Order: sequence, then structure tokens, then C-alpha cells
Amino acid sequence: MKKTSITLAVAATLLSTVGAFAQWVPERPVEFVVASGPGGGTDNFARTIQSVIAQHNLMDQSVVVLNKGAGSGAEAFLYAKANNANPHKLIFGTNNVYLLPHVAKMAYTSEDLVPVAALALDEFLIWVKADAPYADAAEFIAAAKANPGSLPVGGSQSKDTDETLVALIEQKTGAEFKYVPYNGGGEVGVQLAGGHIAANVNNPNENLGQWQAGAIKPLCVFSDQRMAESDPVHGDTGWHDIATCTEAGIDISSYQMPRTVWLPAGVSDEQLAFYVDLMQKVSETPEWQEYVANTSQTGRFLAGEELSAFIDNSETSTVEVFKAEGWTAQ
Amino acid sequence: MENFGLLMEGFQVVLTPTHLAIMVIGVMLGLVVGVLPGLGAPNGVSLLIPLTFTMDPVSAIILLASMYWGALFGGSTTSILFNIPGEPSSVATTFDGYPMAQKGQSTRALTLAFMSAGIGALVGVVVITLLSTWAAGFALRFGAPEYFSVYFLAFCAFIGMGSSAPLKTIISLLVGLALSTVGMDTITGTLRLTYGLNELMGGVSFLVVVIGLFGIGEILMTVQDGLHFRGVASRIDLRDVFRTIAELPRYWATLLRSSAIGVWMGITPGGPTAASFMSYGVARQWSRPGEPFGKGRPEGIVAPETADHSAGTCAMLPMLALGVPSSATAAVMMGGLMIWGLTPGPMLFATKPDFVWGLIASMYISNIVAVVLVMATVPLFAALLRIPFAVIGPVIVAICFVGAYTVSNATFDLWLVLLFGVIGYVFSKLSYPLAPLVLAMVLGHKAENSFHQSMILSDGSLDVFWSNPLVGSIMTLALLLVIVPQVVKLIARLRNRGTLRSAH
Repeated sequence: MKKTSITLAVAATLLSTVGAFAQWVPERPVEFVVASGPGGGTDNFARTIQSVIAQHNLMDQSVVVLNKGAGSGAEAFLYAKANNANPHKLIFGTNNVYLLPHVAKMAYTSEDLVPVAALALDEFLIWVKADAPYADAAEFIAAAKANPGSLPVGGSQSKDTDETLVALIEQKTGAEFKYVPYNGGGEVGVQLAGGHIAANVNNPNENLGQWQAGAIKPLCVFSDQRMAESDPVHGDTGWHDIATCTEAGIDISSYQMPRTVWLPAGVSDEQLAFYVDLMQKVSETPEWQEYVANTSQTGRFLAGEELSAFIDNSETSTVEVFKAEGWTAQ
Repeated sequence: MENFGLLMEGFQVVLTPTHLAIMVIGVMLGLVVGVLPGLGAPNGVSLLIPLTFTMDPVSAIILLASMYWGALFGGSTTSILFNIPGEPSSVATTFDGYPMAQKGQSTRALTLAFMSAGIGALVGVVVITLLSTWAAGFALRFGAPEYFSVYFLAFCAFIGMGSSAPLKTIISLLVGLALSTVGMDTITGTLRLTYGLNELMGGVSFLVVVIGLFGIGEILMTVQDGLHFRGVASRIDLRDVFRTIAELPRYWATLLRSSAIGVWMGITPGGPTAASFMSYGVARQWSRPGEPFGKGRPEGIVAPETADHSAGTCAMLPMLALGVPSSATAAVMMGGLMIWGLTPGPMLFATKPDFVWGLIASMYISNIVAVVLVMATVPLFAALLRIPFAVIGPVIVAICFVGAYTVSNATFDLWLVLLFGVIGYVFSKLSYPLAPLVLAMVLGHKAENSFHQSMILSDGSLDVFWSNPLVGSIMTLALLLVIVPQVVKLIARLRNRGTLRSAH
């Protein structure tokens, strides 16, 4: 009896050591496939992680960043499909991974990728020109209702996060806007500063420069709570002074874009676990915190069950908007 | 004068041994990148960005910017020696640079190109120095209709001032526009002209097209002409270099005009490519009679090179002041800025003066470094001409394919290079101009987007293009550029007929 228990104990120890040894690590350089062109938000997200990994020696293998931004990022996701079960390709995107196949006929589905982690949530705000006659979001909505379909609201791309949010505001408030798609958030910010559009729904980082310069002002943020305490950005107002849109009477308690990391489907659990762990380590470094603060995003690490729940929730609610607008691809 | 003081502080930041060494390295890397067709400045700069993570932002931007200048210079070298533009912005340099090199004056052609490029760049930096505080406000006036009018002007300038028959130019332009619509449309989010091919989803890269049209197309022409390389070797003579420098002041009018065009196109988002084409067109129209253009006329080299570099330099201004990059490379650099934790925009000038003015000061120095280095490497590149075609031909084909592959690591692009090589050959044989096709491919997408945006904003009314003096004057100028030359031709023809009749 004793013998068996010893054998068992030995076996258990052996097993656990074997387990430790069996823990998977990359065998080749890892490709970071970015679902946007160079210079975009997703690109900066991936390259920041690359630099954090290098500075802290979090991985023995080197990292190669590859931009595949064609077709609103679909190029990167198709690349993941083509590299099924390849654990040396990490894909960086937003919610476009699971939303794109709903609005355009794509040769991939979100089943072709497995989510690794979300590292940050990017906020959305309503921005107007600094000298616009609206003191808060309620007045802005009232102005839009007074002239249905004539207030131009800019956003990046079409049927993407920005237009979805604008459509959501329309559905919730009954206001009607004229949505004008541009190529990227930076361009939309400048168009607003120049007064060519009446408002935009940019992420904080995309409009920071123009707000600092006093050309535009934020009205409200689409979040259930106010943003993190910050130094004053313009005058004596900082990010935490911005009202939430629910406070301002727009019934959208939360609309955020996750910064996500994916692997091609078919990778093993050990391989997935390695990257989950890697991303968690990245998210705990001071450099990462600094990036999140600099870009005014909300740092939040999501993986496993929590992440799948977030994705499910985000996908269902967004697809509802798509259906209401008639954007869903047949 | 406030700007001048800030500039002096910038020089203090830049004039350190480390920064000077960084400039030399950056320029050398840029030259290599610029010489290889396909591996352009945008790719080169983005390859370099990861290396800058640990550097301080001033050193990092100096490295990237120096590489850009080096690439702009390197791009002209292959244009002149091999008729293969290393960079899209040096396409126009091939028109007269290559013929001049064929006449055995390659040293003269290269010297002309580099010196005028250096002058163009210096004009650009001086303009940046003077305007940096004012430009931020002006560029804000550009909305969708204004952007469209600028692109429209570039197209019209081509039709009106091009060397070929206007109809052939229009056809070439339309082929380019059609190609630029392949892929996903930003405005509607739908895929167009992809025929279900995933490879076409990202559209047809104009770099791949350029490599095919100019690189492979040229090789095919050469092969047909009898397997000898169409560039006669010339001795490198330092006296030639100095003689050419002494010759330069003669082209002061072209230099001034082209700098002005470059500055304008650099600040507005026309970019260096459009600037060099437009400047070439204008030079051709307004230069005093002499040797015909396209046969190795000096002004034909001076004009595009000056404009290319002053536009490339000035493109930094809207990037810093507004966060609007007006060239592909500037867009990549802006991405770098954001990685280093800097937000481009008017506030950058107030919060990070050492960064902004350090960069501007470095542009003075690194352009001088670039001229010196590129001149020093002229013998090296010109020596390539003495290698027999049987050796250099396959090498060029290989470089073209490697270059095309590096654009997006896609094997599909290799087939496109081959296809466009054949198209380039056929176009050249039928004397259809290639340049409008390339211009349309580069600007087509932007032009279409800004037109579509204008239409959304105006509820479908064309009046929006004459809704304010700025956009109205640009549109009117564009239309005049097309109409006036045709009317002049018509009148000339009628008059000819008249004289013929009276002669009878």
C-alpha cells in the first residue's frame, strides 16, 4: 500500500515535471500580423507589444511585424485562415475580426481564428468644433433633430465601428445625421477642426492633438463610468471631466472597441496558453501602462471565458444594429 | 524672427557627433533603398521603425528622415542610369534623364539631378522654417471638395500639358483610374473588381505596376532592340561634375518655378509624385525653345527633381502641424511619432519644440550630407553602366521581381509584374504615355473618395466645387489647363487652313 502511494507520488512529481517541460514555447520567429496599414491604431498596438517583449526579454524568439491591412483588415484574417494551426502567427486587430464577415462577403469566418486576449478598450466620444453652439450632448442631439439628415458626422471607413455607433445613436435618440466616411481617424479629426463636418465619434487618441490646441471639444463618452483621472488636456478640463453619454441623455451605456490578439484556429491549448501568459505579462509592464495612458485607452486584460463572453456580447449587440440598418451581407 | 531663434536652438540639438553619424547612416540606408526599385522609402522607413524603439525621439526621427532623403536621391540614380524609377516620384526624371545618359552624358545627368534636388530640398526646408506656425491654420481649410479639386488639377495638368495626344493621355489615365478602383471601397465598404480573388482584395499596388511597366517593359524593349543595354558607358570625370554645377545657374527660372510647385504640392496633399509630374509638364510648356523634351533636355531633369525634393521636404510640415501626412513615407513616420508617445498636431510645436525644431534643423544638414554622399557614390553607380547587358539585364529582372515581392510578400504580385511588363511594352510600342496611368493609380483612390465625400456633403450637387473662392479657383484653373491648349491648337489649325487657302 505504502509502495503504491510512493509510486503514485513519484509518478505525480514526474508528471508535473513532464508538464513543466512540455510547456510549449515558440520554435521559430513569431510573425505579428497587423490588420491595418502602418501607422494606424492597430499598428501602434502591435508595435508597442513588440517593443515591450523586446525590452523585457519576454520571449526567446524574435518578432517580425507584418502589415496586412487590405480590405479593412480582412487580408490579415484570411492570412490566418491560410495558416491554420500555425502557432507562429499572431494576429492583431480590433472587433473587426468578428464583425467584418457580417457586413461583407468574406472568404473567412470568425471560426477561423481563436481569441488570445484583449489588452485595452478604446473609448468613443462625441466631438464637436470648439466654437460650436452646443454646450452638451443633449443640445447637439436636439440640433440634429431640428434639421434631420443635414448635420454631417464624420467617421473612419463605412459599416465599421464609427458608422455603427452613429447608427446606434440614431436608433436610440431618433435623430438623423449625414454620415461621411473618411480613410482614418486622424483625417476625421482634422476635418472636424477645419469645420468641414459638424461632429465625429473619434477615439481619444485620434483627437487629442486638436483638443489640446483648442480646435475641438468633447461632449460625452460612451462608457458606463467616466474616464480615468488625467492631467488637464485643454484649459482646466481633463479626460475625467467629460460626462458620460448616459448622463447626457443618450441611452448607450457602453460602446468600446477592444484591442485584440488572435491565433489561427487549430493551435493546441498549450500554444494558446503560452500567448495568453505572454500577453498578460506584457499588460503588467510599466511601458504598457504608459502606452495605455498616452493613448487615453482603458487598460483591461481579458482572456479565456471572460474574453469569449465579451466577444459574444459585443457581436450580438452590433449585429442587431447591422440588421436594423440593413447592412448584413447575404 | 521667433522661428529663427527656435531654429538656432534646433541646430544646437542636432549638431552633435551622434546625430551627424545617424544622418550619414540614414542617408546611406536610404540610398540603397532608393536604388532598389520596389523597396521604396515607405517600406524602408517602416522596416527601420522597430530599431528606433529604444532611441530618443529626436534621434529616431532624424534617422528616419535622413533615410527618406537618401531614398529620394537614390531613386533618381536608377531612373537616369537604367530608366527604372527607384521611387514613384522619380518616374518623371526618366523622361529626360535616361536619354541624356544614353548620349554618354550620364555624369552630367546625375549631377544635374542631385544638385537641383538639393536646391529643391533646401527651398523646402526654408519654407518650412518660415511657414511652420502659419501653415497649420491654412491646411485646415481643406475639406473634401478642396482635396478633390487638387487631384483634379493634377489630372487636368496631365491632359493639357502632356507630350502625347490628349486622347491617348486620357485613355492611359482612365486605365489607371480603373485599376485604382480594384479592392475595397472605403466609402461603401464593398469589394469591387476582385472577381472573387482574395489576392485582389487589397487592390493592385501601384508600386508593382510601376515595376512592371517601367522595369520589365523596358527590358522587353531592350531585348527587341538587339540585346545591348541602352545606356552607353561614360567616363566619370570630376571636371564634368564641376562643369555641370557651373551650368546650373542657367536654369534659375526652372529651379524657382519647380520649387514653388513642389512646395505647394508638398503642403497640400499632392505629394512628391504629383509634384514632379506637374513640374515636368509646366517646364515643358514654358521653357524657351531649344532641344526637344524627352531627348535629354537639362530642364527635363532639373524640373522634376527640384519639385520632387521640395515636395518631399514640405510634406513634413502638414504631418507635424496637422497630423496629415501628404506622402506615403510621411504617413509611416507619423506612425513612428505616435509610437514614441508624441501626438502630431499644432500642440507639438508648443510642447516639444526641441523635437520639431531639431527635426527641421536636421533637414538642412542631412540634405547637404545626402548631396555629398550621393555625389561620392556616383562613380559606383555609373560604373554599373560598363557591365554588359547580358549580365545586368537578368540582374535587373531579378531586382524587379524581388522588389515587387517585398511590397506585400505576395506571389500573386509577381504575375502582375509580368502582366504589366507586357502592357508597358505594348503601350510604349503604340506610343501611349505610361505616366498618366501611374499618376491615376496613385491619386485615383483619393480622388474618388474625396469626390464621393463631397457628394455626400452637398447632397449630390456639383455646385460644391465652386462653393468658396479656394476650391472654385483651383477647379477653374484645372478646367482651363485642359481647355486652353486645345483651343490654341484649334485656332492654330484654322489659321493654317486659312494660310493654305490664301496660298492657293
